[in-house]
Amino acid sequence: MTVTVRVQPDDFDITAELRAMTEGRTDIGATVSFTGHCRDEKGKLSALELEHYPGMAEAEITRISEEAVRRFDLLGITAIHRYGRILPGDNIVLVIAAASHRQAAFDGASFVMDFLKTVAPFWKKEHLAAGGDGGWVDAREADETARKRWQ
Amino acid sequence: MTKLVYFAWVRERIGTAEEEIALPDDIEKVSDLLTFLQARGDNYAVALCEPDVIRVALDKVHAEHDEKLGAAREIALFPPMTGG
Repeated sequence: MTVTVRVQPDDFDITAELRAMTEGRTDIGATVSFTGHCRDEKGKLSALELEHYPGMAEAEITRISEEAVRRFDLLGITAIHRYGRILPGDNIVLVIAAASHRQAAFDGASFVMDFLKTVAPFWKKEHLAAGGDGGWVDAREADETARKRWQ
Repeated sequence: MTKLVYFAWVRERIGTAEEEIALPDDIEKVSDLLTFLQARGDNYAVALCEPDVIRVALDKVHAEHDEKLGAAREIALFPPMTGG
């Protein structure tokens, strides 16, 4: 079982991460990968600025990933979250869950994302296409509701 | 001395990313700390005017407002998270 967590400014390569997860493994029957991208909000945004709490961000994502492994009997989790200035269309977050069977992989990826959004210390600030900043993105009640369904 | 660190709009409203403060002995819980900080100046009062919204981490671990600060060396204050 491998848990790989990275918090980085640079982009990631989904194919390379999937290969790293599965290469030389014959026990994995399913991988589910989720990628979160930066939307332009119908042309409103020029960029998102992602701030994080160094140290705590990695620790929280690791804790969430390890909980997912225990809960769904996963064979591996890769979770990568970017910070800094992210342009519309760019990747923000990647979660890959590997398991013997597909349902555990789907559930594991979903669980990690639901907790990551509400528990990992990241914040988004909008930068507007028209110039200036659009302020900090508010936390969504729907994200909190999604997290609570696992309790 | 205790290191206080701030993020996102809490950092912007207070006007600094981190500072070292000697906390009075009578500050036991997270909620006591928020009340103490609110009185430090207008920037703190504005940043912490809705204390229920403020999230707190003690040595990089989430803490509820009724928790004791204990021996925490680094206390972080920030808004609800919006990652992912």
